[in-house]
Amino acid sequence: MLDIEIDGKALQVAEGSTIIDAAHQLGTYIPHFCYHKKLSIAANCRMCLVQVEKAPKPMPACATPVTNGMKVQTHSEQAVKAQKGVMEFLLINHPLDCPICDQGGECLLQDLAVGYGASASRYQEEKRVVVNKNLGPLVATDMTRCINCTRCVRFTQEIAGLMELGQAYRGEHAEIMSFIGQTVDSELSGNIIDLCPVGALTSKPFRFSARTWELSRRKSVSPHDGLGSPLIVQTKHDKVMRVLPLENEDINECWLSDKDRFSYEALNSPERLTRPMLKHGGQWIEVEWQQALDYVAHAFKDIAKNHGAAALGALLSPHATLEELHLGQKLMRGLDCGNVDFRLRQSDFSLDGKRQGAPWLGMRIAEISSLDRVLVVGSFLRKDHPLIAHRLRQISKRGAQVSLIHSADEDQLLKVFAKAIALPSQLPQLLAQVVKCSALAKGAAVDASIAAVTVTPAAQQIAESLLSATHGAIFLGNFAQQHAQAAVLQALAQQLANITGARFGFLGEAANSVGGYVAKALPGEQGLNAAQMLATPRHGYLILNAEAELDCADPQQAMAALKQAATVVVMSPFKLPGALDYADVLLPVSPFSETSGSFVNTEGRVQSFSAVVRPLGETRPAWKVLRVLGNLMQLPGFDQDSSEDVRAEVLGLAAPEFVADRLSNLIGEVTISVTASTGDLERVADVPGYFADALVRRAPSLQKARDAAPPALRMNAATMQRCGVSAGQAVRVKQGVGTALLAALLDAGLPDGAVRISAAHPQVAGLAGMHGAITVEAL
Amino acid sequence: MSVQPILTAGIDPATADATWHLDDYVRRGGYAALRKILAENITPEAVINEVKKSSLRGRGGAGFPSGLKWSFMPRVYAGAKYLCCNSDEGEPGTFKDRDLLRYNPHQVIEGMAIAAYAMGTERGYNYIHGEVWELYSRFEEALAEARAAGLIGQNILGSAFSFELFAHHGYGAYICGEETALLDSIEGKKGQPRYKPPFPASFGLYGKPTTINNTETFAAVPWIIINGGEKYLELGKANNGGTKLFSVSGHVVRPGNYEVPMGLPFAELLKMAGGMRGGRKLKACIPGGSSAPVLPAEIVMDCTMDYDSIAKAGSMLGSGAVIVMDESTCMVRALERLSYFYFEESCGQCTPCREGTGWLYRVVHRIEHGQGRQDDLDLLNSVTDNIMGRTICALGDAASLPVRSFIKHFKSEFEYHIEHKKCLVPPEVQREGSKIYVRPSQC
Repeated sequence: MLDIEIDGKALQVAEGSTIIDAAHQLGTYIPHFCYHKKLSIAANCRMCLVQVEKAPKPMPACATPVTNGMKVQTHSEQAVKAQKGVMEFLLINHPLDCPICDQGGECLLQDLAVGYGASASRYQEEKRVVVNKNLGPLVATDMTRCINCTRCVRFTQEIAGLMELGQAYRGEHAEIMSFIGQTVDSELSGNIIDLCPVGALTSKPFRFSARTWELSRRKSVSPHDGLGSPLIVQTKHDKVMRVLPLENEDINECWLSDKDRFSYEALNSPERLTRPMLKHGGQWIEVEWQQALDYVAHAFKDIAKNHGAAALGALLSPHATLEELHLGQKLMRGLDCGNVDFRLRQSDFSLDGKRQGAPWLGMRIAEISSLDRVLVVGSFLRKDHPLIAHRLRQISKRGAQVSLIHSADEDQLLKVFAKAIALPSQLPQLLAQVVKCSALAKGAAVDASIAAVTVTPAAQQIAESLLSATHGAIFLGNFAQQHAQAAVLQALAQQLANITGARFGFLGEAANSVGGYVAKALPGEQGLNAAQMLATPRHGYLILNAEAELDCADPQQAMAALKQAATVVVMSPFKLPGALDYADVLLPVSPFSETSGSFVNTEGRVQSFSAVVRPLGETRPAWKVLRVLGNLMQLPGFDQDSSEDVRAEVLGLAAPEFVADRLSNLIGEVTISVTASTGDLERVADVPGYFADALVRRAPSLQKARDAAPPALRMNAATMQRCGVSAGQAVRVKQGVGTALLAALLDAGLPDGAVRISAAHPQVAGLAGMHGAITVEAL
Repeated sequence: MSVQPILTAGIDPATADATWHLDDYVRRGGYAALRKILAENITPEAVINEVKKSSLRGRGGAGFPSGLKWSFMPRVYAGAKYLCCNSDEGEPGTFKDRDLLRYNPHQVIEGMAIAAYAMGTERGYNYIHGEVWELYSRFEEALAEARAAGLIGQNILGSAFSFELFAHHGYGAYICGEETALLDSIEGKKGQPRYKPPFPASFGLYGKPTTINNTETFAAVPWIIINGGEKYLELGKANNGGTKLFSVSGHVVRPGNYEVPMGLPFAELLKMAGGMRGGRKLKACIPGGSSAPVLPAEIVMDCTMDYDSIAKAGSMLGSGAVIVMDESTCMVRALERLSYFYFEESCGQCTPCREGTGWLYRVVHRIEHGQGRQDDLDLLNSVTDNIMGRTICALGDAASLPVRSFIKHFKSEFEYHIEHKKCLVPPEVQREGSKIYVRPSQC
């Protein structure tokens, strides 16, 4: 520890601390622009100059390491003179267009100018003007306002992993810009808006729509990926205007993915459903709630009476709240129907009944940062879990070995130690190789099927990496969870974890992937799971928050099942185009912003939130709708007065911070079969981030991003040749009874025989499952 | 005072362009120092001690004692250490390294090899100014000769000592002459100075311990090894060892490079350059490159050409670029040109320099063009106050020192300009003096 005195106050700080660290420890504010706690030190703004005893000139507090016995004055005459001098320089070329600047009211330059700026400028010359840059649909630029602090440059390089911005030119002509003709396409790009201390980078969707002081700041939780980033939702006149991160070092740190940040636009979408609707004689008519709910109650009771309760089925979204999922399953169980599921994209349910708890991350999110060996199996990591990918990126920079096993080789913008890429059907085989290799090294016994595999050098490398772990972990990504042999993959990963001493967990696919298990939104003993409900069509379906043709593992089957059903009730915030076709009743329910509820994130953390705005039009929170449906169907146990009452049924009166006792990745015995490839073409499907749920699909700015490009057909050169297709050509793909017309693209990162076609897009909704055989014909 | 050349010994200006090859250099006694070290197994410590004794000071401008700098390199270090030669000669008025590399490149190579030996580095780079391409290609040729002769590369002259040296050319940014910007530039980044600490000796090229010296510094090393540090020191004066190349330019009869012992009176140097052109009176001199404060005739004529004397007079020996101005010079116009240079060459990284150099230039430009205001001189001084000592590197100071010194020593000219909207030096005198047309409207 080092002794330091700041403004006469003595304290001790750790070796390697800078003056600004020490000042923060003391609660002393030193003005600064370029310094940011999560970024490297640039020391370029010079605003944090302070007086250091015995130093001949003022020193930048952000970059000056504390030495023992150092005495610092942050507000002495020398320090303030230096700070004021820098402020004058910062302002001479700044346009001072605060009245028309979006940053006004939340601008660091504006705030500090009050304390350190002069009332009039001594600069009488012409000011600099910098041409604006097009950084894409999310970030607006007013580069004349830029003070060249390079926070955005350092962010893209250090946090997002790819230098998409840089400072070009010299001196006064220096400009921050992207590479020529390119935009900033990172899935974390919106963070540069928060980082920009001035109004140079502002939010394109939000700009010019409100002043910061007109906005109410309300806490909420992101309904998208399994991380459950805490949000500050800013509202005005009962409308969500903007979303910002709520800092939580254990979850999102101070970042947000673009999906979390910009999906709010969908809340104000013209596609919002604002009144209940019934299909009457093939025509949709708007009705009163009472009428709609009576209709649903009667229809479901009729089906239960005439065909048995098992003729019903409920497909709930993993993006729904814990309360909604609980009441959804309670309603079905009240009708004596066990056909409930929220795992819509899952295709292998063989572990049902063998799980000892909700599958989860296997550790706290923050613990990822202290891992030294990681294996990620089956994950489009960067797009599925932007902030977990960021944590892995940071540990890989610090020397941790991150290895990947997957069916598509994509640049995760992190230092990958080893990777093994194979067809989806070969992933179990690949993982078995790593298991075998580790078992040999540890002298552990393995099944004959595992012992039979031939170990490749990549698998060997991955095994050796895991064996050398002090804090190792194996994660199964979305792709592995959606895999046709998900149970085998899990069993192998579990075994590998046991052998190597690594921890094991799942990267939660959706905001309530854990919550669904906790709420028991799952089929009971006799119940059908999501796939079975669609494979053996029911008479009546209840769909909550999902778009069946986009959110189910097999859209073809889903559409067929729903179209034949007598009654399909869809509860959604949106007038879903698919539902207009197959549904009979549309009930407008609140999105996350208009209801209270809870999400249980991938680490098992319960995050409850309140509504931030009033429900739009006749929209009602889904938990209330389900509760009233329970009443109308005269089911017992539907007398909750608040979402807290509902939550209490699931989690008890005092909701715990973590549902630790409900979590477990342990499973019963699984027969491991490792099969060779059949040689058929196999589909590899990702769920693109900006098509992952109903909300992001309707966020216009996200839909303009590069990541929202319509699906294409990707193959490597050899596969293209085999199919007689050339890059750029239009091709017809066939899967089951459905086809899709797509453009062929060359993707060297795919294994031979793999055909990558993204899921969750209307253009490919005619195709069948996310895996399995597919045929390709050139047009 | 007798003049014994070291750096330019044995080179005849008439044939210099043809006698730069390895065999010519060897004929002049070249590579004897390197051979001596390797043959006699002189220890690295002894080499550094010899350089310390010589009082050789960095010839790039800062004048930091070279032996001391070399001793900062960690002796025992697992991993690569680097040696860099700063041939990014960008300081206006300076053209000495150009001639060294052009006429005697092997001397620099030998100096670097000795330095590498002394510091235990196995890899070096010579960063050559981008606007003198022919020097870069010549240095590559010289390197090829040295490599072929086993003077560079693995197991030099059969010893255990290995040193690979590469030429690297810049693209002409002045800032890349700042040693840490030079390192960034070699790394393939935009050349911008780094904040120090950490210093290059602990965190340099690619984050490894690195020493950077000027071309002329390296060129002086072989002689020191052969003749001993004391001898070198004796050539100059105490604390200012050896000889130095001065690039004399401006209003003298014979502008050019002059190698003279440290401590030579300025008047002598001026005489060597043929005295003032057209017999005019000396008005001012910038003794150490454009960043050094200007000295008026009466002060500079009393100086001797060494670090201490020039510093005492209020300027810097810098890179040894002596810019001589006669009475036909308009000091406002001269400053305007200098300020424009720094405005254009600021790297733009840190605020005071990025914003301040443009401000300085615009105000000086305004004064020169008859738009000056009464409080402009105070403003200029105040702006330089806010730049100096507040920046990451020395460019902020370099841009400020000329402004302050010009105003300090030639205040009346500036005041005349502001008051009368024209030059104190009549346009016809300026025209006659510079032989460059000066628009009457500008004066």
